[in-house]
Amino acid sequence: MNRRRQRWRRLWPYGFAGPAIVAIGFTFLYPLVQVIRYSFYTGSAGDQIYVGTANYSFVFNDPTFRISLFNNLKLLATVPVMTALALLIALMLNDQIRGWRQYRAIVFLPFILPAAAVGITFSFLLERNGGINTLLSDVGLGFLAQDWLGSPHLATPSIGAVIIWQQLGFGVVVFSAALLGLPAETVEAAQIDGASWWKIQRRIVIPQIRGIIEFFVTLEAITVLSQVFTYVYVLTAGGPADSSSVLEYYIWTNGFAQGSTGIASAVAVLMLGMASVLIVIYMRLHTRNVEM
Amino acid sequence: MRRQVKIGGVLRQALMLVICAISLYPIWFAIQTALKTSRAYTLNPTGFPAHPTLQNITNVLFHLPVPRWALNSALVTLGSVGISTIFALLAGYAIVFGGVRGMGFLLRVNIGLMVVPPVTLLVPMFVLMVNLGLINTLPSVIIFYSGLMVPFSVFFFVNFFRQIPGELIEAATVDGSGQLTTLRRVVLPMSFAATFTLVIVNAIWAWTELLIALVFLQNEGRLTLMAGLTQFQGRYTIDQPLVLAAVLMAIVPVVLIYLAGQRFFIRGLTAGIGK
Repeated sequence: MNRRRQRWRRLWPYGFAGPAIVAIGFTFLYPLVQVIRYSFYTGSAGDQIYVGTANYSFVFNDPTFRISLFNNLKLLATVPVMTALALLIALMLNDQIRGWRQYRAIVFLPFILPAAAVGITFSFLLERNGGINTLLSDVGLGFLAQDWLGSPHLATPSIGAVIIWQQLGFGVVVFSAALLGLPAETVEAAQIDGASWWKIQRRIVIPQIRGIIEFFVTLEAITVLSQVFTYVYVLTAGGPADSSSVLEYYIWTNGFAQGSTGIASAVAVLMLGMASVLIVIYMRLHTRNVEM
Repeated sequence: MRRQVKIGGVLRQALMLVICAISLYPIWFAIQTALKTSRAYTLNPTGFPAHPTLQNITNVLFHLPVPRWALNSALVTLGSVGISTIFALLAGYAIVFGGVRGMGFLLRVNIGLMVVPPVTLLVPMFVLMVNLGLINTLPSVIIFYSGLMVPFSVFFFVNFFRQIPGELIEAATVDGSGQLTTLRRVVLPMSFAATFTLVIVNAIWAWTELLIALVFLQNEGRLTLMAGLTQFQGRYTIDQPLVLAAVLMAIVPVVLIYLAGQRFFIRGLTAGIGK
């Protein structure tokens, strides 16, 4: 009994961390190993046949895969847009213009809403006879009306616009928090020197929150590459004719709608490869921040 | 100079008002459409409801499977947030106050796992749940959600516990109380606000997740609200007001929590950034 107690005194941290370690092993490590294995097999879970790299060559020759990958890359363009917009808004709010707290709260609101609910609402707004086109013709801009989700070259940009609408507030809040933490002296000195507002922001303020900007960009790049399924599913279902499919959607249709786990796994592995570059950058940024 | 500042001020206010209008319009659109009949919507999609009706809302609240889905979502959210919070609380405490080697490594791996795309884990987890006979049950989703939330939760608690002086814990433990008692009597009371913040962030994530719920749950009676919503969207394509009434059901709880605890939200959701 005594010995057991002594051993617990030494080993309790492992006991405490145990459930979390098991959960991580179960949810992350096991599937990560399995998904690599599955990517070399074909067939359903019961009887699997080893096929080497056949799944990968199928995927590379599949035009839908190429479209999906390309759409993810296109959506990456939303990251600089939302970063610039969020930064601009945060800088304006940082001058503590009247009502800045309320403005920040309102711009942040979209970020916490369920993406499915947001997407469905926008699917009605962007319909051919939907809200946006009606608004446009109400104000005499009817000629700008488009089939936002139904035309192949507009569907993905429309999805991107909805993503920006929802993620913008996150950037504003993150940048505002960083700006609030800056010392006021440097800016005051520059103001006395008569530097313009924009020059002060660009030369003095923005460089000081560079680390946070890098963080935001990395995080959003990961999001746009690998966590936009909901938007695509409810806005276009990948259509018209697969033109707005993304990698996640490709994994979903192949793996679950059509049941070929091998192909879905191969794409998952490719996605992991791409994401891992960003994940490593993300980890680096963390370690650096801890040291700072 | 002063004139210039004034013009700048007006311009900024105008710009912010436009941005806020864009941020709020889709929510307003959902609310006003839910108050229209399907016919009124088709005639005028953007106009103010001339004869507001509560028909869609009562339909959604009392006749269609929406309450059932909301209940499922609530169960999934409560279960997964509860499990992950307890696991992370224990692990965070051990990492910060355990003074054991190897925990630093665990922490570094943990940070990487926070941003692993869930879709890459989906196929093996699906096969596993089929083999365990859990597919199409709420526990399958609860288990996966709990695991996915652990890395961020551990990270969050570690950051918070590092602000608590270690001497405090040592003093309490030397007193003869066990670690679990110290955690409960000393650390937990200090961590109430932090834990609440984490619970809110995780609850929002669990409440809004779609992909996993869509893949794991297939019976109509077992869907979460998000999965149900997408089914609704497909079934009532020409009854936008009804679908948007259901959308409001998904939005309202989140907005209420947001209005009640805004600062917790902002603190929690920005925790993954920086320190």
